[in-house]
Amino acid sequence: MLPDAPELLSLFGIGVVLTLLVGFYSVLTSQNLIRTLIGMEVLTKGVTLLIIVVGYVVGQIALAQALAITLIIIEVAVIVVAVGIVLCVHKHTNSIDTRDLGNLKG
Amino acid sequence: MAGTDTMDTMLDILLVWLLVGAAMATVMTPRILWSVIGLAVTSAVLTILMFRFDSPLAAVFELSVCAGLIPAIFISTISLTQRLSPEGMAERRREKWRRFGLLPVLVILVGVALMQVHIPLDFVAPPAAKETDVRNVLWHVRHIDLVGQIAILLGGAWGVVVLLKERKRAA
Repeated sequence: MLPDAPELLSLFGIGVVLTLLVGFYSVLTSQNLIRTLIGMEVLTKGVTLLIIVVGYVVGQIALAQALAITLIIIEVAVIVVAVGIVLCVHKHTNSIDTRDLGNLKG
Repeated sequence: MAGTDTMDTMLDILLVWLLVGAAMATVMTPRILWSVIGLAVTSAVLTILMFRFDSPLAAVFELSVCAGLIPAIFISTISLTQRLSPEGMAERRREKWRRFGLLPVLVILVGVALMQVHIPLDFVAPPAAKETDVRNVLWHVRHIDLVGQIAILLGGAWGVVVLLKERKRAA
């Protein structure tokens, strides 16, 4: 059980911000498509922790859990479709490097 | 009791830093397989935090789906793509340090800066009815979300079928 000290809750706020920072940095600098998806996953971890922390602080932890579960399900669907796209890219270009995606049709 | 509180606080601080450290290791490691394992560890640490925040149902979802299913999907994808040559791997390692060398410095600087400022987390709940049972919230308050979840899962499954469908060869 966590104490209600604002200092401790602000610690989790710092954790959320740093996790989001790591995720954003990874998404922006990675040139491997799988690593970009992993960066997105790290970003989602930060968002999930934020939802749970805020739900705990405002006393609506049940609502926060429902939103976190919804987020996890959306996350899985997004990752599965994105992985399918990555495999299609690999089939066509024999690479999963974003620098090899310069010749897209359309 | 005071000793228990101190232990709890120490554990919370440890878990938060472990979460950030695991996330950094996930994005910084040169081998992509280790990166996926790091992602599973990050999810496991987040699960412990969720349990500590009285969210056991969401924690179980996080552990089974994010620490179990998603790494399995990533590992399957990695196994379907081609392996790098030793020269390519060495080049990747050098490139990785060049691009991600700034990240630890950035995380430390932002962390120290955030410790200096007070993040206001003392806001109050909106005057909506407070529901304490997550099942009631899912089935009665947020039931539209469930429809959305079903639609997203079906859309995801359909998307994968369309993307990975083998085209018929011309006779």
